[in-house]
Amino acid sequence: MELRGKKVIALGERDGVPGPAVAECARRAGAEVVLTLTACYV
Amino acid sequence: MALAPTGMPVIRAVSLVLAHVPSLVRLGSKPLRALREVDRPIEYLRPHLRDFAAACAYAPNQVFIGNLGVDDLAGRPTPWHRHPIAGASRFGPDGEIMPEEEFLGLLATCDGFDLLALERDVAERTRTALDAHPVVGRASGRPAVPAGVTAAVLRERIERHGAVPLLDVDGGLLGAALPGHEEDDTLTGQVLLENLACKATAALALRHLLARPRAVAAADVRYVINCGEEAVGDRYQRGGGNVAKAVAEWAGCARATGSDVKAFCCGPMHALMLAGALVRSGLDDDVVVLAGGSLAKLGMKFLGHLKHGMPIVEDVLAGFAAHVARDDGASPVLRLDAIGRHEVGTGSSPLAIVKGLYSEPLARVGLTLLDVDRFAIELHNPEATEPAGSGNVPLNGYRTLAGLAVVEKLIGREAIDAFVRARGMPGFSPTQGHVASAMPYLGHAFRGLTEGTLTRTMFTGKGSLFLGRMTQLSDGVSLVLERNPGRAGPA
Repeated sequence: MELRGKKVIALGERDGVPGPAVAECARRAGAEVVLTLTACYV
Repeated sequence: MALAPTGMPVIRAVSLVLAHVPSLVRLGSKPLRALREVDRPIEYLRPHLRDFAAACAYAPNQVFIGNLGVDDLAGRPTPWHRHPIAGASRFGPDGEIMPEEEFLGLLATCDGFDLLALERDVAERTRTALDAHPVVGRASGRPAVPAGVTAAVLRERIERHGAVPLLDVDGGLLGAALPGHEEDDTLTGQVLLENLACKATAALALRHLLARPRAVAAADVRYVINCGEEAVGDRYQRGGGNVAKAVAEWAGCARATGSDVKAFCCGPMHALMLAGALVRSGLDDDVVVLAGGSLAKLGMKFLGHLKHGMPIVEDVLAGFAAHVARDDGASPVLRLDAIGRHEVGTGSSPLAIVKGLYSEPLARVGLTLLDVDRFAIELHNPEATEPAGSGNVPLNGYRTLAGLAVVEKLIGREAIDAFVRARGMPGFSPTQGHVASAMPYLGHAFRGLTEGTLTRTMFTGKGSLFLGRMTQLSDGVSLVLERNPGRAGPA
């Protein structure tokens, strides 16, 4: 998937991949991260 | 395998309690929001609310109070709610499952401001039941259950003074909780009820702890650390505190002081660590760590339970207490030299987080993941979470841990399932937030490390700090608890 130049909402999960980790990957792939959130399901 | 050096603190006793409160499920955060447009929410919920016998015979609850082992639960048929335990007892080696009729009285004894009133007949029944309780009966010296008021008085409080009604599962009026201040959003009847529920379950756990054979005397408890759900306070300081001292007062720990430790569901691990540090430093010989339950989390996944035609299994409040003390040569040792930490600089990389919580602290004392017999992590009951699409939280956690063992070349990929089976356990805790975070295994670990076959266990808590919107970080602390070198080897 080509992320360069795209806007990204990074949604993560605490016990999986947290939002900031998703955001960092997207950023390094050239995307602009516009929102980062992490969910907790318990 | 290395055993702990001497001089480490130990855990002398543990208690774990549940209170079955079907009538209060309606007041959980999710039911309150989801049923806002429903005319009579209690009638909507009633077909899915369990009676006490069903909640008591529910296998995960029996594991919680120590009557059933975690491996026994893994071997039982599922769904657990359709396979009750025959002859289940409300009391177990770690604590009890208290019926609602008694718990309402306990709640009322925790209210020092006459804000929670019970209906007259309800108060009479709950007083009679609670006064006969073997641990928190009248003889325990706790505050008396106050006399109730008439239904007319309750209705006036609800209609004219903003009190929150307490309704039983048949819709009858049980009582009402007044606000603590007319203009303070942190002292509404709902908030105070949540705080009282937290205080009452923590108090019940503390009294069970003090009732253990050879337990510390109430008067010898010098410091109490509360790490439960609620941050009590007022409009000028929402999390001001201090539940610890309130519980200590209720339980008659006259020489104790205390404080609250907050870190979302990682709170209990921080609290145990700090208690161990207080003991090791010599500042206090006997410290109690405790937590009460979360009324707000009752029925948190109830929509999933309704969708799948099953009972609402999030109908219990939980609490625990642990006595941390100087080494007695017999009790499980809390290794302060092997604490795992999710530090600020650890960031959010999943691999960095699990290394910081598991392999790094173990390596520090010459151990690996394979030197730990059992890992206690988030132990939420999957029967509560899966119907709502929240997955099997413990199983996912154990598979991540096994993945770390593969990365570190301790096991092969083909051994992941065996690692999870041998060193993990099925989730059995109600979704009671802080309490569910590893602590429900503490009673089992205590027995396994003293009378049983365990050598070493590891407890890990994680906290969702990001939910408070002050940081994107989560939190984590792990602790190693192992057999005391003064005790003979595993049986």
